[in-house]
Amino acid sequence: MKRINWQIWTGFVLSLVAAFSYPFVFVTWSTTREFPWANLVLFAIAFVFLFFGLRRAFKPEKRIVSKIFSSLAAAFGVLLLAALLFMIFVMGSWLPPSTGAPQVGQKAPEFTLTDSNDRPVTLAQLLTEPVNNKPPRGVLLIFYRGYW
Amino acid sequence: MRGVEKNLDKFIEAGIRVVGISVDTTEKTRLHMIEQAGYTFTFLSDPKLETIRRYDLVHAKELASGADIARPAEFLIDPSGTVRWRMVTGNFFKHALPEQLLEATKTLP
Repeated sequence: MKRINWQIWTGFVLSLVAAFSYPFVFVTWSTTREFPWANLVLFAIAFVFLFFGLRRAFKPEKRIVSKIFSSLAAAFGVLLLAALLFMIFVMGSWLPPSTGAPQVGQKAPEFTLTDSNDRPVTLAQLLTEPVNNKPPRGVLLIFYRGYW
Repeated sequence: MRGVEKNLDKFIEAGIRVVGISVDTTEKTRLHMIEQAGYTFTFLSDPKLETIRRYDLVHAKELASGADIARPAEFLIDPSGTVRWRMVTGNFFKHALPEQLLEATKTLP
């Protein structure tokens, strides 16, 4: 009876999990976002399965189809890892130069924007309205990409 | 941002007002950031990128969204309006950490 090569299948599915858990899960926390060690661990486990799956497929009695399929599955896993690393370390740095962004010691440009209650708010207001019932010691502006 | 929200009491205790700025409309921010994600600090909407442009933080035609958005950056401003600390990241996946920001608040008068 023909048995399925479960090692290859497990390795294949695990490498998908290893890659896609980054944008959907591990990107959330700075410890797993800045360096994707959690994903690298998952990839390492996936590659162990792929390795044993490949070894099994390349036994002389196995059909050529399983040799081709398992090679493709292993190559796909490596490709996913390369794509993840490329996205984080290469594409992540594709940011505009921002040479005109205010420097330390410079005045922060004044602005008026709308808050989530649809009220206009100025930087001057943010700098004077009390925090914790005291005049604020400062304002932390966080510019972010917006909701995904 | 999640890290900042988690440590928000420490920022408030240090007298720091935390403000998030993005291109998102007020409705989108209310729905996703406040109601769903549970953020409690101030959010400001800059859908026309007026302030984002004034701060030179426009990321034109960003790859994932295809839209003009703000690149990630953090500024700590003292009550006189002077920038005391900033991080304009060189990598999209690397932002200022709450510990770093709290440390930076010590540079304020």
